[in-house]
This record gives sequence, structure tokens and C-alpha cells, in this order.
Amino acid sequence: MEKNPKNKTVKINVHYLTRVEGHGDITVDVKAGELKECKFKVIESARFFETMLRSRSVYEAQHLTSRICGICACGHSLASIKASERAIGVAPHEDTVMLRKLLLHSEQMDSHVLHAYVLVAPDLLGVKSIMPLIKTHKPVIEMAFRMKKLSDFAGEVLAGRHVHPISFAIGGLTKIPDAALLKKLYQMMLDARGDFEETVALFKKLKLPNFERKAQYVALSSDSEYAFYDGKININGQSLADPQDYLSVIKEEVRDYSSAKFVSVNNAPYMVGALARFNLNGDKLDKKSRQVAEHLGLKRPCYNTFMNTIAQVVEWGYCLERSILILERILKSGINKEKVLVTTYPKMDKWPIKTKAGRGVGAVEVPRGILFHDYTVDEGGIVTNANCIIPTNQNINNLEADMRKIVPEIIASQDQAEMTLTLEMLARAYDPCISCSAHMLDVKFV
Amino acid sequence: MSKPKPKVAFFEFTDCEGCQLQVANLGASLLELAKVVDIVNFREIMSEAGEEYDVLVVEGSVASKHDEERLKKIASKAKVIVAMGACATIGGVNNLKNLKPLAEQKKAVYGSVDPVPDAIETKSIDEVVHVDYYVHGCPIYGPEFLKVMECVLLGKPYNVPQYPVCVECKQNENVCAYEKGQFCLGPVTKAGCNSWLPNYGSVCVGCRGLIDNPAADAQKDILQKYGLTVEGILDKFTLYCNGKKERAKYGKESQK
Repeated sequence: MEKNPKNKTVKINVHYLTRVEGHGDITVDVKAGELKECKFKVIESARFFETMLRSRSVYEAQHLTSRICGICACGHSLASIKASERAIGVAPHEDTVMLRKLLLHSEQMDSHVLHAYVLVAPDLLGVKSIMPLIKTHKPVIEMAFRMKKLSDFAGEVLAGRHVHPISFAIGGLTKIPDAALLKKLYQMMLDARGDFEETVALFKKLKLPNFERKAQYVALSSDSEYAFYDGKININGQSLADPQDYLSVIKEEVRDYSSAKFVSVNNAPYMVGALARFNLNGDKLDKKSRQVAEHLGLKRPCYNTFMNTIAQVVEWGYCLERSILILERILKSGINKEKVLVTTYPKMDKWPIKTKAGRGVGAVEVPRGILFHDYTVDEGGIVTNANCIIPTNQNINNLEADMRKIVPEIIASQDQAEMTLTLEMLARAYDPCISCSAHMLDVKFV
Repeated sequence: MSKPKPKVAFFEFTDCEGCQLQVANLGASLLELAKVVDIVNFREIMSEAGEEYDVLVVEGSVASKHDEERLKKIASKAKVIVAMGACATIGGVNNLKNLKPLAEQKKAVYGSVDPVPDAIETKSIDEVVHVDYYVHGCPIYGPEFLKVMECVLLGKPYNVPQYPVCVECKQNENVCAYEKGQFCLGPVTKAGCNSWLPNYGSVCVGCRGLIDNPAADAQKDILQKYGLTVEGILDKFTLYCNGKKERAKYGKESQK
């Protein structure tokens, strides 16, 4: 192994990075100690979702856009519904909003547990997947499955299913969740507190790589709570913007050398997701979650990208506690059926459909960060223009900036295989969801 | 049980990977399945990839030349091919892209630059390679996936129901969507999902594809009651039935 980094030549090419959602490649090229190329390439085929949306009814938008991604289908669905409602002027009842928050919490939990246990933990335990862990760490894997099952069950009770939710629609729900099942869900949530404690103990023991790079952080922020469903766009804790005006703060630029849109804030890359949320909104966490963060060595502001997984663990516990509170309220006061129950489409006698024309932006925090859906709708309820900005697409440029910083730091001490693993782990820390980011514009072909 | 376990590989093409997640979500049932087969490739959750496999489960549509070549290569190694999910079986929502000329859409999106020269019109898996088994739906219905895998392992055919979703919906005692003033594709869509969407108050959108002969086998009593025709309701909304196979079933041979 070449010890002098000044002369080192390294070529890393990870084709089809595994344990992520979607297809991506990592390319690093160091010639004689000099970093020539450092790229995370998205190689998913273009899907053209935004042009597919054009000329469809706004009432089909949530169904269609939840198909952008099976992992954060609920988040896409809710961003879509919020954009649609703002465009055509529909205000959901507070009980509907409460149920949407509950669904969003369950999706954060679902995705975070998948990422932490199935995608990240194998790296930290030196194995290639959870498959060998089923034998060596059976109780832990069973617990992870149980935690996963909790979210699956929540999705089923609330929306019919988690992958492509059914009953959440513009203005309300097409079915009121069954009271007995909600009670069962509540009990399961209470029982899950033990699993969370064990998870915290487990991740306390795992050692994450040391790495620091101060990035820009963007997330929704709200005065009243740790924001997931609603809030203003918070940029580095320095300024707030209405989601409707997202294009005034988040720049999308097409560069002729790449089909990927370059997304930036203040002309530079930025990070979204659990770590960004924690850095910007950590003071809004409940006391217990703040203690968990401290116990796991997560302090604001945290500039170690690898700690994103730890922020996810903290959020898992927070979402559990918030869900318990919401369920207590529902079990005590019930759901206002008259205000919440709607049909998917306007009734047949209202066809051809007429709506208010307008433009609406829906922003929500999905597991990997802030998600925007932006629709323009005409008087017939037809979408005439659509734009979606997906978390992974916002993160890719920041990941590349991290890679450019970490490669010179590790080149002397790590051989090619170790470097490859470090870079794979760095990419996985972002929990990249490439199916999402390649929804249309954001595709780089190798 | 001296025979080696059949090797099963999952590969995904252009899609949301939600069907693989449905498989991963089978939890205990998946572990049961893993007792009788070796899962050798499941990139979403595994790093290692086996080179050899007997059963290929394909998720997603073909949407680029690269997809097409890769599918042919992957398929050539398999003894049995299973198409999983609407994107794979009928092209799914990806077919909406085919409703407008691709060149026009690229222009709308990228202007004069064409950074995706590789993109082609969406194809279902069987437009590229031979498919032995179909698991329809967007997403797939877990119990049906297990039923199909059972047939694969026993080497017997799986018969996709040829009756409409209405049959299951009535068994589930749902209020008919038309009673609620909703258009619904249940009368013309293949059953097998246990009327999943109507069970949750929504309407069938045809994600499993049309029954093979909608003109003869549609749920006629409902169509008659509301004065509708097969083409009439498909004109109201077709998020899924825009692929070549489905369009041919209701007399829309041409794509555009």
C-alpha cells in the first residue's frame, strides 16, 4: 500500500450501491495524490412524473405522486394533498390534520428503523446485510422487525396500507380509522417504548466514523412543535420563508453538462433530513428526546454527517411519543366524522369538475428531508404545471461536497477497499432514496 | 428434502421499489419463504449478490435502452420469470408518459438539451422477455405474492382471476362506489386484491389491468344501472390502463 498520499492513485467505482433505495454509483478518481473526480451518480431511468401530472385531474395527483417512491409514499401523498388543497382552496378540518400528522410520524418511524437497522447497522457490525445478523443477533433483528411492524400496522389502520396509502384524500379521509384498531395501535405504541430503550442502548455501543464538515442546513420549522407536517422553510437558523415562496430561496439550475438539476441555497449545497431537522429544531423536542440525543452524543449543532443515523434514532423516539399523545386525544375525544369523511373524487353529478384555479405548494418533512410539491391547477381541476423537489436530490450535492472533504482525510490511512466502504457508508448516512430523486429531471447518466 | 433450494433473485427496473418493500414487509411470511428458497439478490436490503438464480422476480418497467439490455441479460440466466407489480406486468403509471410524444416531453422539461437520449417509451416486462407468472397490482397484494410463489415452487400455473373486482367488493359488503356517486373501474378490472381500495372508501383505479374481455365479462349490472360503457368509464380516468395490452382490450389500439 502506498503510504505517501501525495503519490497515491486510487480509482473507486461502486456500481449499483446496495442497501439504498434506487440506483446510484460512486466514482472517485485520485491521480498521484490529486482528487480528479468525486461523484455520486444517479443512474435511475427518467420517469417524467412532472409531465405525467400535467393534464391529469388534481384529484388524481396524490394517487399518482405517491408512486414516485414506495418508501416515502405517505410523505409524497401528503405533500401532494397540501399542494392541491392550497391550489384549489380547500381547508382540512383539525382532526384531518391530526390524522395526517399521525400517518407522517409512522412513516418517519418506518423509514428510520429500516435505515438504522437494515441499511446501516450491517456496516457497523462488519457484515454485508442483515441476513447473517438473523443468526448472530436474532433478538435484535426480531426487535427491528417488531418496530417495523408497528409502522406497517399504523399505515394499515390509518390509510389502508403504508406503501401507497389509500384513504388520505383532498379535504379529508375516505374512511374513518376503526376505533378498536386505533386502540390496539395505541397499546402497541406503549409497548414499543421498551424496544426504543433497547435501540438507544444498542446504538450507544456502535461507533460511527469521525468526520466533520459544516454544511448548510434546511428544514421546516414551526413555533409550536418539532416540525414535520407544517412550518416555514428554515435556512441555517437565519431566515424563514413561506413554502409557497420556496423558489425564491431554493434555486434549481439546469447545467448543460448534467441532466441533474443543481439545487442550492445561497449558491451552495445544503443538507436536509434528520440531522438538519435536529440542528434547526432540536430545542422543540420533548425533554425525553433531548435526553436521548445527549446520551447518544448528539449535540447541536452537529456537523458529522454520519450522525444523521443517530438523529433518526432520536426522531424515532420522538415520533413514538407524539403518536401516543395524538392517539390518546383521539381515543378520548373521537374523530369528527362529518368534517373528516370525503370521497376521493367529486361526485358524478359534479362532473365535469370545476375548481378554483390557482397555484399551491405543499411542503412536508419526509424521512430524508424537506419535500416540495408545487402544482398549478386550472378551473377544470386539471394540473397545468407541476414541480417536485425531492430530499435526496437536495442532498446529492452536499454528499459530493462531503466526499471531496473526506477523501483527502482518509487517503493516507485507508486502502482502497476501506476507502470504498467509508464512502459507501457516507452515502448511506444520507439514506439516499434514488427512486425519488430520479423522478424526472434529476438524472445523471454514466 | 435433499434437493437444493431454488435460488430466487429480485431485480428492479424503473419504478418506486414499493413492491419490494411489500415483500420485505411480509416479515414472518418472508422468513418462512426463506426456508424453502435461497434469496440470492435483493439489492434494497442486501450487499452481496449471487450470480446464479433459478427464479427471477422483476419489478418495474423498461424505460430506457439500458433497462432493455439489462433485462435481456438478467432474464437469460433465469429458468422462471415472475413479473411483480403493475409497472412490470402492464407498465403501470409509467405508461402515462407514453400518452404524449417523448420528444415533446423532453423538450418541455429540458429545453433544447437532451440529457436523457437513452429514454424510450415505457414497456411492460413481457414486451421485452417472456413472462411465466404475473403478480399484478400497485402495489402488489402480499397474500397473492405468496400464492404465486407457491405455484412457482410447485411448478404449477397461477391463474389470475378473470372476474372483476366487483365480485370481491360485494363479498366484502362494501357500499358500491357508484352508490356514493363515484366513478370506479372495479367493473372492468381483474380481481385478486381483495378490493383493497374500495375497502378503504376509495375507488378502483384499475392497477391490476383490465379483465381479458371487458366487453363480455365486465360487471354489466353496474354499468347498465348507471348508463355507462366500458370505454366511457375508461375515458373518465385511466391511470394504469394505458399500455399496449390494456388499450387493445377496449379498442384503443394506437397509443396516441
